[in-house]
Amino acid sequence: MEKFVKLHTTAIPLPIENIDTDQIIPARFLKATNKIGFGNNLFRDWRYDKEDNPKEDFVLNSTTYTGSILVAGDNFGCGSSREHAAWALTDYGFKVIVSSYFADIFKGNALNNGLLPVQVSPDFLHLILEAIQNNPATQVTVDLENQTISFNETSESFEIDAYKKMCMVNGYDDIDFLISKKEQIEAFEAQKA
Amino acid sequence: MKKTLFDKVWDSHVVDKVPNGPQVLYIDKHLIHEVTSPQAFNELEQRNIPLFRPEQIVATADHNVPTENQHLPIKDALSKNQVEQLTKNCEKHGVTLYGLGHKYQGIVHVMAPELGITQPGMTMVCGDSHTSTHGAFGTIAFGIGTSQVAQVFASQCLLLQKPKSLRVNVNGKLAKGVLPKDVILYIISKIGTNAGTGYFCEYAGNVFKEMSMEGRMTVCNMSIEMGARGGMIAPDETTFEYVKGKEFAPQGEEFDKKVAYWKTLPTDEGAVFDKEYSFDAEDIAPMVTYGTNPGMGIKISANIPADITDASFEKSLKYMGFEKGESLLDKAVNYVFIGSCTNSRIEDFRIVADYIKGKQKADNVNALIVPGSQQVAKQIKKEGLTEVFEAAGFKIRQPGCSACLGMNEDKVPSGEYCVSTSNRNFEGRQGPGARTILASPLMAAATAVNGKITDITKQLN
Ligand code: SF4
Repeated sequence: MEKFVKLHTTAIPLPIENIDTDQIIPARFLKATNKIGFGNNLFRDWRYDKEDNPKEDFVLNSTTYTGSILVAGDNFGCGSSREHAAWALTDYGFKVIVSSYFADIFKGNALNNGLLPVQVSPDFLHLILEAIQNNPATQVTVDLENQTISFNETSESFEIDAYKKMCMVNGYDDIDFLISKKEQIEAFEAQKA
Repeated sequence: MKKTLFDKVWDSHVVDKVPNGPQVLYIDKHLIHEVTSPQAFNELEQRNIPLFRPEQIVATADHNVPTENQHLPIKDALSKNQVEQLTKNCEKHGVTLYGLGHKYQGIVHVMAPELGITQPGMTMVCGDSHTSTHGAFGTIAFGIGTSQVAQVFASQCLLLQKPKSLRVNVNGKLAKGVLPKDVILYIISKIGTNAGTGYFCEYAGNVFKEMSMEGRMTVCNMSIEMGARGGMIAPDETTFEYVKGKEFAPQGEEFDKKVAYWKTLPTDEGAVFDKEYSFDAEDIAPMVTYGTNPGMGIKISANIPADITDASFEKSLKYMGFEKGESLLDKAVNYVFIGSCTNSRIEDFRIVADYIKGKQKADNVNALIVPGSQQVAKQIKKEGLTEVFEAAGFKIRQPGCSACLGMNEDKVPSGEYCVSTSNRNFEGRQGPGARTILASPLMAAATAVNGKITDITKQLN
């Protein structure tokens, strides 16, 4: 996993509430056998029409907004537990999702895939969406070490599980952590046998 | 300190605790299938990490496989690719695979228990939410995501927060025609699909004590439908008797030693649960679901609630084509599916055969029998049930998940009703627009014969 300490970039607004994992990546794409390429089908049915032509009014198809932060409406990632949703977002290039609430399983899946869910207050969400929409060049800073998100003169702090934070800052994931415990695991097996 | 069954099994598998963080839980057995494993294998290969304990993994192909002509190449290219990937990955990494054509192939949660892979006191995982089935043995068994599949591949461990404890007690005497499926559908209809969120459940009371292993598996299977991570039942003589002599079960002296240990596992008298529910067996009747989540169930003699007004309830009834306050009795049904990891074991088919013997399915009904495994399919033949099903006009297929999730061709057409012995009645679960009514194998058999939903208790007395 890549290290994540601080991110300073523009952001993409998607002010829709209750974006579920079926919208993020529709079920018909689940027969794949790798994680690559899911980005092409991220928000597939919002992004493309039935003939696979990009829909001009969808934000990912506009050149106005760029950046690796997605700012979404309340309750992001609800619905089916498919991990493919997190893969689609990271494969597309997102590193941070900002919302006022995240579904539990999505949050876990995101963190397992190096995607940082930043939960902010409804007021902050409102302000940041407004700022980006007024000025797409607005720079947003996510500082994981200090657990703050800021833009212009506005700033807010966010929560993250201490263990998960340690993993992201150091760029390692549960697999790295578990492998570092190998000796203990082997000792456990020996004592159990 | 007094401990629960769950505590005893969990605590004996903790390798380490991260300060202020999760615990490192050792996993004894890891089951895998074609849909949720390929990305995990890829992940390890990309990072050049070997499988840590390949001998503790067992694989089978079930979700995506056709249930006809399994000896021929799979027609759907994507399904074919997934199944082939599984074969390649297992060969490359030294994992035992019971693939298509193997005598042990079957739905992962049917195959493992009948081979003795599932044993009391173990921790088991699979990239599939109905892994909770194995809890019937007094095993901590639960579904995991693909990242976690990779974690277990790499370390045979998972990082987890210990869940809270919940106990559901059912005592009393079940009426004739009330099956384990009815018991669990009843419980979920009473406590709802979120009651178990954050909990691991233990089922206790004489009803579960007197239940067969297969019945216990049906109950534990649907723990996830009330939101719980998993469910368990204390191991007892019924459990030991079932495990004894199974292919991969411990044998001889080793078995006796294990039994002595397994006997220490049941919850200590006086142990405290974070949450507890109790029900009377006498209150339970054959159940049917009328909506689009498994908590929307009623006794066959009852009517759909008339006093609920929220939008999701209305949406659900609209999808199902039902009215508030309506009874489901005598509703015409054209599809009946008897299968899935909830109800595709030999006992289920014995019950069905026993009921339909000498009867005919109704002309309007398309009745599908899908055994959970090759072993079950073999047993069906051996006991002469094949003839019974065929004479009654039922179609018998080859083992797999089939119409439970409609990933292969076995789908229910849009707008059609299907009385199904599976575990999920979500919108589109059995095919786009399909309307699923969950019920026991006996209720499903009666529906097939009558061509409409029937109150089985009226026929038994
Ligand atoms: S039978 Fe249905 S619920 Fe069971 S493992 Fe297969 S798809 Fe899942």
